[in-house]
Amino acid sequence: MGWFKRFKEGIQTATKNKKEAPDGLWYKCKKCNETITVKELRDNYYICPKCEYHTRIGSYDYFELLFDGKYDILFDNLVSKDFLEFTDLVDYKDRLVKAKEKTHLNEAITVAVGKIAKKPILISAMDFSFIGGSMGSVVGEKISRSVDYCIEHKIPYMNISKSGGARMMESAFSLMQMAKTSAKLSQLARKKIPYFSFLTDPTTGGVTASFAMLGDINFSEPGALIGFAGPRVIKETIKRDLPEGFQSSEFLLEHGFLDFIVDRKSLRTKLADLLTLFSDPQAA
Amino acid sequence: MVFLEFERPLEKLYEQLEKIRQIESEGDIDVTDKVKELESKIKTKQKEIYSNLSGWQKVQLSRHPERPYSLYYIETMFKKFVELHGDRTYGDDKAIVGGIGRINGQTLVVIGHQKGVNTKMRQYRNFGMANPEGYRKALRLMKLAEKFNYPVVCLIDTPGAYPGLEAEERGQAEAIAKNLLEMAQLRVPIVCYIIGEGASGGALGIGLGDRVYMLENTWYSVISPESCSSILWRSWDHKEEAAESLKLTADHMLEFGLIDDVIKEPLGGAHNDPEKMAKILKSHIKKEVATLMELTPQRRIDQRIKKYCKMGVYQTAAAE
Ligand SMILES: [Zn+2]
Repeated sequence: MGWFKRFKEGIQTATKNKKEAPDGLWYKCKKCNETITVKELRDNYYICPKCEYHTRIGSYDYFELLFDGKYDILFDNLVSKDFLEFTDLVDYKDRLVKAKEKTHLNEAITVAVGKIAKKPILISAMDFSFIGGSMGSVVGEKISRSVDYCIEHKIPYMNISKSGGARMMESAFSLMQMAKTSAKLSQLARKKIPYFSFLTDPTTGGVTASFAMLGDINFSEPGALIGFAGPRVIKETIKRDLPEGFQSSEFLLEHGFLDFIVDRKSLRTKLADLLTLFSDPQAA
Repeated sequence: MVFLEFERPLEKLYEQLEKIRQIESEGDIDVTDKVKELESKIKTKQKEIYSNLSGWQKVQLSRHPERPYSLYYIETMFKKFVELHGDRTYGDDKAIVGGIGRINGQTLVVIGHQKGVNTKMRQYRNFGMANPEGYRKALRLMKLAEKFNYPVVCLIDTPGAYPGLEAEERGQAEAIAKNLLEMAQLRVPIVCYIIGEGASGGALGIGLGDRVYMLENTWYSVISPESCSSILWRSWDHKEEAAESLKLTADHMLEFGLIDDVIKEPLGGAHNDPEKMAKILKSHIKKEVATLMELTPQRRIDQRIKKYCKMGVYQTAAAE
């Protein structure tokens, strides 16, 4: 259980500051208001022990949780550029600086390659703490390069979505990342390389409407918000309250858009099973 | 005639012209010179107004109530056209129309968003906001085109995919994503035209192609200026600023290399001379389709994907 020990203790110094998981001694659950120690929460895979709420964790947390041991970060030198000089209440370039300072990440997606149960896999994982996990040119480019890497090395691809959708501050460039990522995934599909799309809380907008919904296997954590339009927009459009559980993972499973829902504690085992099944289809 | 705010100076001139024509019809006075003078004034004024439009004004023009919609173009351009309905799974979406038709001897499949031409029809067409079955109908027609080697033409004009409860239940996101994946690999040519509003995933859902063109007075963006204002400025009052910030006009899109060209509209916009606009569009389609048909399917697909891969601006940071 070396990997789990590492996950709990977060010993990889490079990743020490990159955790999105709540820091400090006490944690109060967003869903049920239960107060527990951060240690308890961490020991429980950042899942609330009382209500099973899967708190939002970051890309490096997933890497620690999933990979056998060490893993290599790829394409981390790609960073966003305020090409449009976009200004609203805040300048986009200032947003970028702040996001980097706050998260110690370079972008809303991080790519790593390593092994799960001795099977090689490339994982790209999104960070909600970086401008809402929004998809701009860098997210698109990293996914595009991930696909090329998987084709070149003939290894499966997994993406972990956690995003509010397209990054408005990159306007049509962010929109075109939907086309770009989907086009790249069509190449991966042509090469018959498996693509696992893991949707976590939240996955909405242009991310759902492109790479997140295109997995050979689409699966999710329990209780995640997954949808195209945001709940507030839908409520304003139809002018009535939304039913309980609308746009949850369970709702999507029921309507046929997810293959299964998996608890964070079982995620690694489930992935190991999938990788074994896909990589050794005729094992003795 | 409907005049937008910035078109107001034209309204007076048109009123004067109308009056003079009435006098003419009464038959006593020769007004030929006066008519000519007014017509030339109108033209000058039009040139002045339409050559200096802001982003927001172009957005308004793209939504002009008299602007021609997909079915107008289809009926005007195509010699024969058979509309085809339904996604074969759930239903027939009224906000996306499609069918098979012929331009200059070439059979092709055409798909387009459709807005309503009056209050009743606007409801019927759901204001051009498609549900998942609209995107699935579009994909079904594209697959038909692929099977028989017909090129596909897409006409884009939507304020967005419909953000409704049932749309989510039936997988709006999945429907759009699937179209993007399939359009990337479609073995026949796809030529897309933004003829009005190009709002976000709802537009892109039938907008991935070998060539993408925008008519002069249209816009293409990840979000409408109004929604952008409400999210980033937390108020609906900053739509003009949002429109500027988003750089959503056809000229910007061309400058960024996100579209292939801008197609000029008749003076005063497409609604000022729909017939002429249809004629321009028709000859454009004819030319584009012929060029693309000369390539092999794999060549087209490779070029198409390569084109989208180039879209994006980023920089490389020095290693830490
Ligand atoms: Zn709880």
